[in-house]
Amino acid sequence: MSTPPRRPAALTALVVAVVGLALALAACGGETSADGGVPGGSGSAATVVGAGASFPYPLYSAWGQEYNGVSGVKLNYQSIGSSGGIAAIQAKTVDFGASDAPLAEEELASAGLLQFPMCVGGVVPVVNLEGIADGQLRLTGALLARLFMGEITRWNDAALAAANPGVELPDAKVNIVHRSDGSGTTWIFTNYLTAVAGDVWTAGADKEIAWPTGVGGKGNEGVAASVQQLSGSIGYVEYAYAKQTQMTSVQLQNKDGEWVRPSLGSFSAAAAEADWESALPAMDLALVDQPGAATWPITGASFILIQKDSVDAAQVKAALAFFDWAFENGSATAERLDYVPLPANVYQLVESDVWSNATAAGAVVWE
Amino acid sequence: MSSVPYETTDGGELPRGAAGAAPRGASRWGDPLFRGLATACGLLVALCMFGLAAVLVTDSWESISTIGVRFFTTTSWAPSLDAYGALTSLAGTAVTTIVAMAIALPLAMVIAMLLTELVHPAVSRIVGTAIEMLAAIPSIIFGMFGMYVIVPLMQAHVVPWLTATPIGRLPFFGEGSQGGGFSLFTAGIVLAVMVLPFITAVSRDVLSMVPQVVKEAGYGMGSTTWEVMHKISFKHSASGIVGAGFIGLGRALGETMAVAFLVGGVYDRLPTSIFDPGTTIAATIANTFNEAGTSLHVSALIELGLALFVITMAFQLLAHAWLRRVRRVTGGRA
Repeated sequence: MSTPPRRPAALTALVVAVVGLALALAACGGETSADGGVPGGSGSAATVVGAGASFPYPLYSAWGQEYNGVSGVKLNYQSIGSSGGIAAIQAKTVDFGASDAPLAEEELASAGLLQFPMCVGGVVPVVNLEGIADGQLRLTGALLARLFMGEITRWNDAALAAANPGVELPDAKVNIVHRSDGSGTTWIFTNYLTAVAGDVWTAGADKEIAWPTGVGGKGNEGVAASVQQLSGSIGYVEYAYAKQTQMTSVQLQNKDGEWVRPSLGSFSAAAAEADWESALPAMDLALVDQPGAATWPITGASFILIQKDSVDAAQVKAALAFFDWAFENGSATAERLDYVPLPANVYQLVESDVWSNATAAGAVVWE
Repeated sequence: MSSVPYETTDGGELPRGAAGAAPRGASRWGDPLFRGLATACGLLVALCMFGLAAVLVTDSWESISTIGVRFFTTTSWAPSLDAYGALTSLAGTAVTTIVAMAIALPLAMVIAMLLTELVHPAVSRIVGTAIEMLAAIPSIIFGMFGMYVIVPLMQAHVVPWLTATPIGRLPFFGEGSQGGGFSLFTAGIVLAVMVLPFITAVSRDVLSMVPQVVKEAGYGMGSTTWEVMHKISFKHSASGIVGAGFIGLGRALGETMAVAFLVGGVYDRLPTSIFDPGTTIAATIANTFNEAGTSLHVSALIELGLALFVITMAFQLLAHAWLRRVRRVTGGRA
């Protein structure tokens, strides 16, 4: 009979497999903690770990690949959302966090963090209106606020017609499309509405708000799909998304009274014109409604957070070296991906007034 | 290690020679070791379950204690004011689940009857496999498919047509505020397709448990196929089909990704029509957890998760209790 010896053999195989699996898991676990637990680690900075906002993820990962080719240092950026990035840097599990909405000075101080802007992007209102071409419709901030409040309900409203002489506006219902997920894009857009039309726009400014009207789409692609399918609709998406999907954007009137169309140059103008110096040390500027003739009014910066006083000088230095390289050499990549690199004057301010405060065990990290 | 399977399948000759005295040792320690491992695995499952419940309660305590019962009775979901009311999510969960069940349950029953009574066993196997494969499609695929295919279809054709018929004059069936593309109704339709395989599979098993002699007796009395299915098979398995419905219900209640893409993401207004956009408990969590700011916001979302946990658990327990009773009564095997 072959049965009696077979059972122990099968059992042996099972035990070997289970023990083997356990060993393999233990080995994996060990590897992860040795590699991933960066602060307080070995001191050699072969990998810089960051986590946070999804908006700049394509840019940071592209920069990371290029930088790896130049320096051998690897960038591991996890696109987990701004709130996750803030939590991760507070828990010291990453070398830097990234957030689309800046922290206020008190929040930075209590969490022991430093903050600086890294790149700039624009938010673009997009419409689906019969007979209206890209860049044809003109809106002021107040009109945009009244539309999103649900106060203007027809596209041939007298107030809209007054801003658009010579344009034949359709007699159609206004359908509002907003983000259904929490998002830095919504933070910038609602900050803009609050800044320019606080008397009309009473729904507040945040990454997620109680919208007075409309339908929500998940992500830029959800808003875009909704706008494209809903005739008479208006929504807002990141510039890169609007450009790549060739949506119908609008002209806005900026603080100087000029009519502008969204472009990398008009976002850059907003970043360059903004008064960063007065926002030191937090640099917590919402770049909305900035002065300048060429400025696009719904612009926002994406921010980086680092520990003010870290235990591991080599890791902080490696992270700052990466950002330094990106400031100096990353513009072409940024523009290719439809991001705006930080203007040189702002970068100098970051280096001289923010990085100079970064210490490790009391010693200044960046000279 | 790779030689072990060969030894086992080759039978008695090889192991004795290759492993020597090892089988004897294994037989002494093998049983208790395996029992210990199996017990540990079993306990781990129970531990996960209770650990999950404990974490949900502790992490949502801030919300439970500050908002209290108003959490379930108000609709104001306003992170900028740090005020959270879950009624819109609860209502949306109820509406999408009802729409999904109203479509999936009859459809699943018809398909199950087709598979057990009407078609050749070979065809039944092929169709049955195809339906079961629906269950293997990840829900994100349903979300993307729904967004680019179903939503435009609903918006352009189905909803305008439906609201123009007398149905549109019924309460809760009025023209949606946003065209009906991204809506509770669309989410419900896609949910129906997603739960269909689960209900069909159980219904088919229950229907196949109807004793052949009973059906043959019916045919012997001169009944038509329809009469046998309707008056004998269906009556015999009605309670089992209800159990199948509960299983589908449990899935529909908690389905997340597809719904998050399709339901329209409106958190602070109760829908007045099934063609209005809205949200469900799972969709609210999936859409907003990533960027939740304040600790109360996070806590409120976890309380939503706790509510969903309790609701689905209750329906699952109900389903299992019901099916157990059905099996005892019919003496079936499924």
